[in-house]
Amino acid sequence: MVGERAQPEVIEKIRKQLGADKDVFSQYAGYVKLLMKGEMGRSYYTNRKVLDDILIKFPNTMKLAFGAMVIAVPTGILLGFIAAYKKDTPVDRIISAVSITGLSVPVFWSGLMIMLFLSLKLRLFPPSGTGDIRFLVMPALTLSLPAIATLARVTRTSVIEISEMPFIGTARAKGLSVFRINAIHIFRNILIPLVTIIGLDIASYLNGAVLTETIFGWDGIGRFTMDGIIKRDYPVIMGCIIIGTVVFVLINIIVDILYHYLDPRVRLYASDR
Amino acid sequence: MHLTGKIAGVTIIIISILAVFSSFLSPYDPEKIDLDSIKEPPGIKHPFGTDNKGRDILSRVLYGGRISVSIAVIAASISMFIGLVMGLCSGYLGGKIDTAIMAIVDLILAFPSLLLAIGVSIIFPAGIYTVMIAIAFVGWASFARLIRGHVLTLKDAAYIEAAEAIGCSRFRILFVHLMPQCLPIGLVMAGIKLGGYVLTEASLSFLGLGAQPPMPTWGSMVSMNRAYIASEPWMVLFPGMAIAVTALCFNVLGDALRDKYGLKMRM
Repeated sequence: MVGERAQPEVIEKIRKQLGADKDVFSQYAGYVKLLMKGEMGRSYYTNRKVLDDILIKFPNTMKLAFGAMVIAVPTGILLGFIAAYKKDTPVDRIISAVSITGLSVPVFWSGLMIMLFLSLKLRLFPPSGTGDIRFLVMPALTLSLPAIATLARVTRTSVIEISEMPFIGTARAKGLSVFRINAIHIFRNILIPLVTIIGLDIASYLNGAVLTETIFGWDGIGRFTMDGIIKRDYPVIMGCIIIGTVVFVLINIIVDILYHYLDPRVRLYASDR
Repeated sequence: MHLTGKIAGVTIIIISILAVFSSFLSPYDPEKIDLDSIKEPPGIKHPFGTDNKGRDILSRVLYGGRISVSIAVIAASISMFIGLVMGLCSGYLGGKIDTAIMAIVDLILAFPSLLLAIGVSIIFPAGIYTVMIAIAFVGWASFARLIRGHVLTLKDAAYIEAAEAIGCSRFRILFVHLMPQCLPIGLVMAGIKLGGYVLTEASLSFLGLGAQPPMPTWGSMVSMNRAYIASEPWMVLFPGMAIAVTALCFNVLGDALRDKYGLKMRM
């Protein structure tokens, strides 16, 4: 913070200012007290309030997560359905291979490769920066890759599982159209695992955002975290991790509430007790 | 096991051999700076090209593999060991110990995993041990939960009752009678998790929280060289491919193990 050749008195003064001269427990108590007041302290470097900065950057991360979901959810579900219907054919194997690859490629590398081809070779999008939708496409695409992979896998397993149930046999025997069976009978039943996975995916966006936003220079929470890490700006890192976790827990709660609306069985079970 | 699972297994063996014998196999010293041959494209002399300090990328990828793969394997072993002990105690002893351990497990699983690993690794000075600690700190929770579930099904088995009846100590029942039953599941789970750990290690190195330069790791190579992506893409291409191929093989193998042993768990 003050460089390697700072005067001892200056270091002492800053230690006092930060409260680093007190013992660990009172430092921790101080931080918790601050949190209770709804604050997260100030950045060591910019002296700006961490929470204020997070609130400025948070909408950008949400935009990115939303963009990734818009790409991932339809693509993943569609691929999963196709794989389930072409079960054990080459099409199914190709989709499985693609999705397991999507889970294995690190986002910071796939992001760089997407940047290399779409931006630097084909010149379709600006390579990095924060701004309108043109800036959003590549980071959202990068973030969506692992999400597409998980969604496709879960959709495939669930669709296969549901199709083997007797009520689908009945629906077929009644002569319902294939579209109706898929869109209404099967889709309603795979909603529960899908919603669970989409909820978990949002967590993976929070993980991936740290890497993706850094690569594409997207001014969100992820890059803020990364800047904090590089400068060892602890209040910033702590704040970002806390906010990330709060968002993650909130999403899990929302998913649990959604179950109630999506699956009548959950409702019945709850009222029994 | 499927054919793909076998292929993945063989590839992992090859990667491990390459990693173990990297010092014999790599054509150059991975940390030697050679300013006469900076940024050379892939060719006969340097099959993967050289980076901005003239270091041979192939050698660095081989050495990096040794560090990256061994960190993932050691972290998985630590996670498995802690998860096994915690899961056994939680499942068999029950009561307050169970409640306490499961509360910690839920707490850890409530965090987005990479964020928590970042949080743990900034506490310690950056380095390979820090990465192992960070991965294991986050990783043991899912092992513990799985093992606990298994112990609960074993707890009422006749042989455990018999062991209790002849007066075996709790310690003996836990570690002599129950542990051997749980170890295989732990190992399968470790196989499934390895692919993810390779990626976490790479991500932490990418963020600069892993092994410090000049020590090569795949993640840090991508991170350091990404400024040259437009003009010298091979600097980023090969280390990234190494991560992707390794993680892919571990994931395919993990899937094969999951199918074979019918282990049901969330991804």
